Amino acid sequence: MTEKRTMSPLLKWFYRLGAPVWFYPFAGRLLPWLGALFLLLLLPGLYLGLWHAPADYQQGDSFRIMYVHVPAAWLSMFVYFAMAVSAVVALVWRLRMAEIMILSSAPIGAGFALIALVTGALWGKPMWGAWWVWDARLTSELILLFIYLGIIALYNAIEDRRSAGRAMSLLTLVGVVNLPIIHYSVVWWNTLHQGATVSKFDTPSIHIDMLIPLLLMAAAFKVFYGWTLLLKMRANLLEQDLHNGWVKERIYASKTAPKNSTGRVADKGHQYD
Amino acid sequence: MSPVRKKRLYTLMLILSAVGLAAFLLLQAFSENMMFYFSTSEVQQGKAPPGRDFRLGGLVVNGTVQRDPNSLKVRFDLTDGAAKVTVEYRGILPDLFREGQGIIANGRLNAEGIFVAHEVLAKHDENYMPPEVAHSLKQAENNAIKTQQATP
Repeated sequence: MTEKRTMSPLLKWFYRLGAPVWFYPFAGRLLPWLGALFLLLLLPGLYLGLWHAPADYQQGDSFRIMYVHVPAAWLSMFVYFAMAVSAVVALVWRLRMAEIMILSSAPIGAGFALIALVTGALWGKPMWGAWWVWDARLTSELILLFIYLGIIALYNAIEDRRSAGRAMSLLTLVGVVNLPIIHYSVVWWNTLHQGATVSKFDTPSIHIDMLIPLLLMAAAFKVFYGWTLLLKMRANLLEQDLHNGWVKERIYASKTAPKNSTGRVADKGHQYD
Repeated sequence: MSPVRKKRLYTLMLILSAVGLAAFLLLQAFSENMMFYFSTSEVQQGKAPPGRDFRLGGLVVNGTVQRDPNSLKVRFDLTDGAAKVTVEYRGILPDLFREGQGIIANGRLNAEGIFVAHEVLAKHDENYMPPEVAHSLKQAENNAIKTQQATP
């Protein structure tokens, strides 16, 4: 096949991302930058949101929990969408890195969904008068959390990594039908939860001084996702490839190779496995 | 894309659209039950279930809130702009409860057509603004109404 010789740079980059030996150091170089960018967005977002933004005309200072609740809820859906895209790549191209990405994203997404649900309950009690109601928005977000947990459980329940990855990708893809339901639940049905504020087609119905910190926090959460995702993917890669060539090469290449109690380089016994 | 991958992609698209269709039909079938509350017009048209609990949503009509001085009993009218329903409630109201506010009450209709609630939830809208902006918006609205009345 001549296809490989005339590969476009984009495709080449895509295939490189799929190779652990290239991905691992690449992600490592990206990590400090993402961490710094996260703090750079988070600190002004928190300051503007918690101190600078004016109190709401109806909810007073209570509305400020929005700066955690809304980005967490957005991210819980964004992470799932990214996982679904990855699931298509994993199932069509059989790329293991895409499975690692889903596996690493699921706990992060579940965390965001949990934060959205808990902060929503804390917000709901004083404003609505109830911690929890079974309206369409809250229920569909709870289902999203359960889907995340189901994905994690399914992967860990199957012994063989390849079939576990395939089953997990398929479940991820099927669960994507829940995303439009969450988003449009406040439009399709009567709910206690109010409608969309920012993602309306006309101008957002929120004062500009309140909107800017919200967008900053949303960007910070998104960068945080990228940061933790790379951390988790590196950890999962190391764990799965512990006995593979590229991990050993890295260990032997580094001067601070981990030693076991006999003073030998750990894991050397597996060299001729 | 190689033919094998193309085939896999089509299979996935088929699965996804089948699941999507199933979800759509399921939600269509459940759509009545997915409604969190009935509007006051629906209650007046007799669509609400008689003799059992349901939720009623609407705006509190200005000037109809009557509090019993000796107990927590409160009485007010709800409207959706077309029909009015009187609600009776005994208990603590949420912070956002006030005249003109959207609320959702859980309870049932009694023989006189009064909605006896055992739970009152406040619904807030998707607008966020400082009090000064809300105040000036309200003034602008009042002025607009006045000029409308002045020019017949």
